[in-house]
Formats: sequence, structure tokens, C-alpha cells
Amino acid sequence: MDISQSSQRILSSLLEARTGQQITFSRRWRIDSALTSIMREREFDSIDQLVARLVSGRDPALTEAVIEALLNNETYFFRDKLPFDLLFGGPIRRLELARSRERRLAIWCAGCSTGQEVYSLAMNFLDEKTRWQGWKIEIVGSDLSRRAIERARGGVYSQFEVQRGLPVMQMIRYFEEVGGREWKVAPALRQAVRFEQASISDPPPRPGRFDIVLCRNVLLYFTTEMRRLAFTRLAQAIAPDGSLMLGAGETVIGQTDRFVSDPENRGLYIPVSAGGAQAVRVA
Amino acid sequence: MRSCLVVDDSKVIRKVARHILETLNFSVEEAEDGREALDRCDASMPDVILLDWNMPVMSGMEFLRALRGSERSEQPKVVFCTTENDIAHIRAAIAAGADEYVMKPFDRETLQSKLQIVGVA
Repeated sequence: MDISQSSQRILSSLLEARTGQQITFSRRWRIDSALTSIMREREFDSIDQLVARLVSGRDPALTEAVIEALLNNETYFFRDKLPFDLLFGGPIRRLELARSRERRLAIWCAGCSTGQEVYSLAMNFLDEKTRWQGWKIEIVGSDLSRRAIERARGGVYSQFEVQRGLPVMQMIRYFEEVGGREWKVAPALRQAVRFEQASISDPPPRPGRFDIVLCRNVLLYFTTEMRRLAFTRLAQAIAPDGSLMLGAGETVIGQTDRFVSDPENRGLYIPVSAGGAQAVRVA
Repeated sequence: MRSCLVVDDSKVIRKVARHILETLNFSVEEAEDGREALDRCDASMPDVILLDWNMPVMSGMEFLRALRGSERSEQPKVVFCTTENDIAHIRAAIAAGADEYVMKPFDRETLQSKLQIVGVA
């Protein structure tokens, strides 16, 4: 379907103003497919007609539906696999020693979409129940999208979603078959996590201070200004000896002076203290 | 280059799987049923087998039991790839020695992730 340049600009501006996300030139093709179901439901003949209704400002429900549709919710269980191996091999092992007295760990998945990353982390902890006996492990996911958070809380995934990235042993251990073609997170796994609808620019979710923050494949969609704000929020939320994990194509270099690369763990970043000194790491 | 044996009585599935696997840099052999798959394994053991459940002559489960129960020193990874998508079938496959399970229909990302899980991609 043809979309006029002005409609593209309006949709991009709307998304940017409400979420800080940009629709880059390479993602413009997604507008058409993202809005197809809204077009059908609301019986618009063209995207320009839909945009005209948006611009009228008389349909807040339509505005919210369009923003939800334009957000990128791509995710899957154990996405890219290696980051999970890295996290559990390095920083979590280190924090296990560093927190051995208080026996608490808090992990935040900022921009968790429909929850697969959050559940993936929780499954890895539950797999080692004996090791983490007596520990309070808080795993919190947040996302701007109300729809994504509702799905994450519901914990019901299609057959297609549940097998993408998820080892079969963990699938049969932590999921229950529902209605033939869907799989629901088992109560033990559901109880191990928490979800909140929030933007990264909002104050961090409870408990407010996290040992590990994952913000993968989120910041690349943000404007420079929003990205800077997000890094400030992430830096405020992370413990001085905590770790930040970004997506494979993302970095802090040239983006913020609040984090530096972790020399021991490629792809992870550590916070820089208020005085400018890097937190001292004891292996 | 890793090798994969695709065992499925559907020519379409074999063709789709071959296409995906070749883009993942696998060399691909095909078999139409479990009996032919055993012959292929005797000739040259692949790194991984993508295995359908329901096939004529010898089913995927019969093949798997024969493969795992044999004296062969090389044991490939076996990924079931089937429309038998209920938990009872999945548990039975794991008990018989399957390493992973793909529920049809599948796509490139699903297959790739399962091959990564069993350590061949």
C-alpha cells in the first residue's frame, strides 16, 4: 500500500514524541505491515486516511493502537544464546561471591517486550535450584508497550514462539500445553519474575537498584537524545559493581560516559562512578 | 562443513529443510524413511539428523531406537521434526534419545536455534 511522504513523517514524529523511538529509513517498509490489522479493524481505505484521523486528535484509542503497532516487539527465548552463557559464566558467578552475605540478586530486563528474555534468565536460575537455595533473586522486566507486558504477564506463547531458541528440556520442564497449539509458563516460573509497564526514561522499577541490567536491541531504535537519557537512567539503576548488557550491535562507545566496556567480558559494560573512577572489580 | 541427514517422507519438507540447512553451511543428505536413513548412517554418519516421526517402512521412533541401541561408536545429534506436537510425544522422543524437538511448521530461525542448542551450528 502506498504511503505518502507526509504520512510517513507524521507517523515517525508521533512515535518519536511518545516513545523516543525512531522509524529509520530502513524500517519504513514495516509501517505498512504493522498497520494492516488496524486498517482492517477500523475500515480505513488507506494509511493516509488513518493518518488524517490521527491528526484530528479526536481518537486517542487509535493513537495508542498505532503506537503499539509501530513498536518493535521482536524477541525470543535465549536470544542469540551466547549472551546468556557469558552472563552466567562471568558476572553472575562474580556477583554470587560478592553477594554471598546478603544472598540477594536483582536483575532488570529493560525493554523486555513479551517476556521471553526474563523467563530465559529465570529458567537458568531455577535449573540450579540447589546452588541458589536461600537466595532472593528478583528478575524484573519492563516495557513501554502495554500489550507486550500483558502478554508477558499472561505467559502464553504460540507453538512457534515457544520453540524458538528454547531447549526442549526447558520447554517440557517449565511450560504446560494449553489448547493444543499454545504453551503456558508453569506457576514456578511465573512466580520467579515480575513485569511492569514503563519507559526506560521513567524511574527504574522496584527494587530500584540492580546488579545486572539487560537492555538488548532497544537503544538502537532511540533518538540520540533519548539514548543519552536512557543511559543516565540505566546508570542510576545499576549497582557500582553491576553489569550492563546491550544487544550485539549496540555499544556505549561514543554514546555515554556513564559506562565503559568490561575488559573481562566482551559485550558487557560496567558503570563509571560519580567521581569518574571505574568500580574496582575483585575476581 | 557440518553434515545433516534429513529424514522425511515429504519431498516438500526435505526441499525446505535442505534449503535452510545449505544457507547455514551444512552439507545435506536425504532419506525418505527410517530404513533408508539407517543405510545412509552406515555409509557415512552425519553430524546431525533431522527426523520426521510418521514415515512408511520405518518410523522416526523405530529409527531412533535402532540408532541409539546399535553398536555404532559415532552417535549423531538427533532433532525430531514432526507434526506430533503434544507433550507425550515430546517426552517419548527425549526418552528414546532425541537431543532436540522441532514442532512443524518451522522456519529458518527455529531450526537454526535448535541446531545451535545441540552444538552443531
